[in-house]
Amino acid sequence: MTAVLAVQDLHVAIGPRGKAANVLRGASLEVQAGEVRGLVGESGAGKSMLGRAVLGLLPANAVVQSGTIQFEGRDLLAMPEPERRSLLGRRIALIPQDPMTSLNPVKRVGAQISIMLRHHLALSKREALERATELLTEVAIREPRRVLDLYPHEISGGMRQRVLIAMAFACDPSLVIADEPTTALDVTVQRQVLQLVERLRQRHGAAILFVTHDLGVVAKICRTMTVLHAGRVLEDGETADVLVKPRHPYTRALLAATPRADRPAEALRPVPPALIESLWSEAHRLDRLAVAGPA
Amino acid sequence: MRWGEIIRRLVLIPPTLFGVCIIVFVLLRVVPGDPIAMMIPPGASAADIDRLRAFYGLDQSIPQQFITWFGQALSGNFGRSISLHQSVFELVLARLPATLELSAMATLIAVGLGTVVAFTGVYVRGRGAEWAIDGGIGVFLAIPDFLWALILLLLFGVLIPLLPITGRIDPQLDVTFHTNFYLIESLLTGRLDVASALLQHMILPAVALALPFAALVARILKASLSEAEDQDYAQIARARGFSRPAILLREVFPNALIPTVALGGVQITLLLGGTVLVERIFSYEGIGNMAIDAVINRDFPLIQGLILTFAILFIALNLAVDLLVTLLDPRLRHG
Ligand SMILES: Nc1ncnc2c1ncn2[C@@H]1O[C@H](COP(=O)(O)OP(=O)(O)OP(=O)(O)O)[C@@H](O)[C@H]1O
Ligand SMILES: [Mg+2]
Repeated sequence: MTAVLAVQDLHVAIGPRGKAANVLRGASLEVQAGEVRGLVGESGAGKSMLGRAVLGLLPANAVVQSGTIQFEGRDLLAMPEPERRSLLGRRIALIPQDPMTSLNPVKRVGAQISIMLRHHLALSKREALERATELLTEVAIREPRRVLDLYPHEISGGMRQRVLIAMAFACDPSLVIADEPTTALDVTVQRQVLQLVERLRQRHGAAILFVTHDLGVVAKICRTMTVLHAGRVLEDGETADVLVKPRHPYTRALLAATPRADRPAEALRPVPPALIESLWSEAHRLDRLAVAGPA
Repeated sequence: MRWGEIIRRLVLIPPTLFGVCIIVFVLLRVVPGDPIAMMIPPGASAADIDRLRAFYGLDQSIPQQFITWFGQALSGNFGRSISLHQSVFELVLARLPATLELSAMATLIAVGLGTVVAFTGVYVRGRGAEWAIDGGIGVFLAIPDFLWALILLLLFGVLIPLLPITGRIDPQLDVTFHTNFYLIESLLTGRLDVASALLQHMILPAVALALPFAALVARILKASLSEAEDQDYAQIARARGFSRPAILLREVFPNALIPTVALGGVQITLLLGGTVLVERIFSYEGIGNMAIDAVINRDFPLIQGLILTFAILFIALNLAVDLLVTLLDPRLRHG
């Protein structure tokens, strides 16, 4: 069976030609149908860039140097633009990080949901409204009809994130990329939103690539996980295995830096700077090798 | 909150106009130049001059004159023009529609042109063509409207005589109008030949007024579109499979419109001010042209009436812009 998403040896550089920085240095990962995969790593590891590359949202000054991104067996990078656009939003969806800036401030919630339904599913105005109401009910928004008529600034951050989650699942995608969907929310709302994502995933049968800093969240909802550092995969496997028997010193350090209920707080240790330092210099050494090439 | 602001602005209108009246009234009378000196025939006696001064009330003190004029103005009597011997109110009212039609036409052209240029500029963002468009906008911003008027007049009136270069309509054309909104009236009554003649007269001065304003609209709108396109919601629309033109039009434009109307809208007052010179250059019979004659003749009552008219137009425009911004931005409507 082919994976829903297969990223292979992806190299992405960003910045002006000549002094571009490598943000992905041969990253590979697979997400199987219906699987929830956690993507973890420290800030700047390239997690968001990986997600953006799949969604075609790389910044204008970024280039994919090599590698493939296959969605259900088809290479997203090689496919013609209109075909890719017909997949985005319909088969591949996004739950963004910041609900405060991710909705259009001058358009009503209902208009923002229905324009997507009409675009991808060719629904009529009436049908789109019906479907939008159902979707809001599904994400546990009371009085959905009233909320459809509101502008984003009239609803809370948690409610906005629910709307965005509803939009992500609106066309029954087979892959949802969630880039830290809860970091902008306060703790109580975070839990509800996570449960919601999990419930919708089960109902719609989507696979999720869940980008997060939070190993606790990974342990709770991700069956598999990938540890990214300096644009390269350090560890990949069943969450239980990786968390219990981390093979890479970086993963062990990340775990030691994560608070856990069964451990006293003083046992917390930050990731040793020396380790990060050595990993980065290793990354840069490999970069230079690549540039020198197999002469 | 927002409505409170608008009410505050409404309340401030009368004192603003009063201030304008005082400043204009006093300035006219302390600056050298005397309306009577401009109208007397050579060889008039000192007694004749004194009689004329008394007739127009110019022998009284400035505060006295102001009180008289202001009292009459409150009851709708803005005095009689010294040079044209007619009621200022009627004179201005008869000429105002010509200027309003011209300015509206110029605004339409400017907004249309500016919008097309702004969208083109944003669409080619980050490429060489963007530089070319920015440079072009800069050039058009730097050339003032009266210079365009002269260039257009020489180009299409003299070098390639395609279009009429004087007046509002051919004097030999025998048409009667019920209002002074000639263009609007002829369009509404279906007299298309007349409308076309009016448009031919209007197009050169309108374009001259429009070009600098179009550049301004293009610059503000392009910057606003670029900024809005970088926002999360526009980026996310890309990840939902919408094409770039669709995103620019449906997601980005409604947002970019808000700062554009707020910043560009008030600049229509510059365009209105531009009518003074441009109408003069094309001998177009509007209040701008009339203002120049009034100043040359030191026609105090007419100057006062005209400046008051411009002031009212400016205030109305600012208010209209504020209302429009409130309508465009739901955050202000509910805020
Ligand atoms: N627009 C940009 N221009 C230049 N460099 C960028 C840009 N965006 C990101 N980067 C760089 O790319 C690298 C990877 O960034 P990315 O956003 O993928 O990190 P991340 O793993 O998502 O981090 P975080 O956990 O903080 O979100 C970082 O080193 C960052 O500095
Ligand atoms: Mg990130």
